[in-house]
Amino acid sequence: MFSYILRRILILIPLLLAISIVVFFMIHLIPGDPVQIMLGNKGTEEDVARIRAELGFDEPLHIQYFSFLSNLVRGDLGRSIRNRNPVIYEIKNSFPATIELTILSMFFACIIGITAGIVSAIKQYSIIDNLTMVGALLGISMPVFWIGMMLMLIFGSELGWLPISGRISRLADLKVITNFYIIDSIISQNWTALQSTIAHLILPALTLATIPVAMIARMTRSTTLEVLNQDYIRTARAKGLPEKMVILKHVLKNALIPVVTIIGLQFGSFLGGAVLTETVFARAGVGRLLINGILGRDFPVIQGAVIVIASFFVLINLFVDILYSYLDPRIHYS
Amino acid sequence: MAQKLDTAAEKKLKSESLWTISFRRLRKSRTAVLGIIIIILFTLIALFAPYIAPYDPLEQNFIKSFRAPSAEHYLGTDEFGRDIFSRIIYGARISLQIGFIAVFISLIVGVSVGLAAGYYGGWLDMLVMRVMDLMLSFPYILLALVIMSILGPGIYNAMIAIGIVYVPQYARIVRSSVLSVKKKEYVLAAQALGANDFRIILKHVFLNSMAPVIIQTTLSIGRAIINAAGLSFLGLGAQPPTPEWGAMLSNGQNFLRNAPWIATFPGIAIALLVLGFNLVGDGFRDAFDPRLHK
Repeated sequence: MFSYILRRILILIPLLLAISIVVFFMIHLIPGDPVQIMLGNKGTEEDVARIRAELGFDEPLHIQYFSFLSNLVRGDLGRSIRNRNPVIYEIKNSFPATIELTILSMFFACIIGITAGIVSAIKQYSIIDNLTMVGALLGISMPVFWIGMMLMLIFGSELGWLPISGRISRLADLKVITNFYIIDSIISQNWTALQSTIAHLILPALTLATIPVAMIARMTRSTTLEVLNQDYIRTARAKGLPEKMVILKHVLKNALIPVVTIIGLQFGSFLGGAVLTETVFARAGVGRLLINGILGRDFPVIQGAVIVIASFFVLINLFVDILYSYLDPRIHYS
Repeated sequence: MAQKLDTAAEKKLKSESLWTISFRRLRKSRTAVLGIIIIILFTLIALFAPYIAPYDPLEQNFIKSFRAPSAEHYLGTDEFGRDIFSRIIYGARISLQIGFIAVFISLIVGVSVGLAAGYYGGWLDMLVMRVMDLMLSFPYILLALVIMSILGPGIYNAMIAIGIVYVPQYARIVRSSVLSVKKKEYVLAAQALGANDFRIILKHVFLNSMAPVIIQTTLSIGRAIINAAGLSFLGLGAQPPTPEWGAMLSNGQNFLRNAPWIATFPGIAIALLVLGFNLVGDGFRDAFDPRLHK
């Protein structure tokens, strides 16, 4: 087990290096002069020369890459071409918003997806089962950003129950410490801010959860059906165990193992979907930062955001793999 | 007599290939048939758009801006007074094109790469599959965004970006089926008979890996349509005034409170079309699943 984890962590190093190479070369693959493109028509010759020097474009390519890498390791991702802020500062400000959104969304997805999957497996071919499966199919067919808009329209504009944009109400007056607004409001014991933060998170988190809910529900249903046919379930029932105990103790535990993988695989779609969800709900997360970077052709920002999202994704996948090997003792990694 | 029966049974066996059984199963699946009907319907709409659409999708008429759905404008009008129903009809052309072209790109590249890697093995296999692993280490949309930021915004670039993103899936599927058949007797026999590599790969190896490729293709077209709409929604795909569904949604969000129909109907169109592809994809998966054959 330990050597497996160690090996997986060692594989991370070349993978992260490869990601850094991709991100580094992005800027050199742009057709035309990247500096001109970044500046649009507004740049003077002086600006061009300055940014050229700042990005180290006058050096040979391999030296550029090594200085990029050594800066990266030290947390220096350069400065935004647009607002001159250090990219790392922009990321520190926006990444917590994305994490809060993804975690809450994953929480929703697991609760709703697993419950729906188990219920429809137990009541196979019932109305609930059919409705759940139709719902799951619709869930993966609808565009995330459209679901977001419809939720906004219903719960925001029409019913007025929940706020539809931003991370927190201006009136909440939160003292920002870690940029995780939930943590900050708990530290400063500002309960209005906590309430406002959570209210602002509900609609985006539900939106982002739709596809994972559908996937998790489908997977849970099929694995539960498989487990229900096993001999040990028949034994459990035959020895007179109440049905509730059979489901909770025997079915759930075995059915959820493959579901963990699906949840892990879905994490990529969480991060990808966050880009769209943050745009719909005007949340200043790292996805929104990336899109603004792309639209403004602000390459240092694009590079920074891509590196952060991709590395995070890789780390989560590692975590899921390790969790999986822990959960299923039948799997031996040699 | 006995011999006659044998040949009859043989004949029956011969005609019942996996393909025949699979297609019969597909036809029997009501949901898959529904999916096929949806896809055919949208294809017809796309083909005959000029005859179906009551208005020019680009024609602006400020007197008629923000009209709610009515008998005159079935799905209402947008801020420029353009008829939303007509725009959605023309949008079907764009979305179907994007879906098919993007998936065609990934199909051609992914299948060739997978066949070559699996068949020749060695360093080629190693190199190709490591590149595919690297691509898969980015979430799909992120990879598409990386490519878009290199290529710049535009609908054709969006097709290329989405096409590239799906390459690894095809490459992996095809490679693994190549590995499973490449040591089979019939491939070795073809090699012994002196058939060239190209012929063996095409006739013996590729045809045997078709089933998963077909399933993947139907599901990918649906996903490509959603992702392209997503790129347009972010302002990176189709540019205004193109009647593209994702771009229409992005525009409609500005008027969500006062004119919700602008953002509602294009979304329904996307969901319906993608649902069609998903239903057919699921149908294929069940139809080709040998465990379900009785």
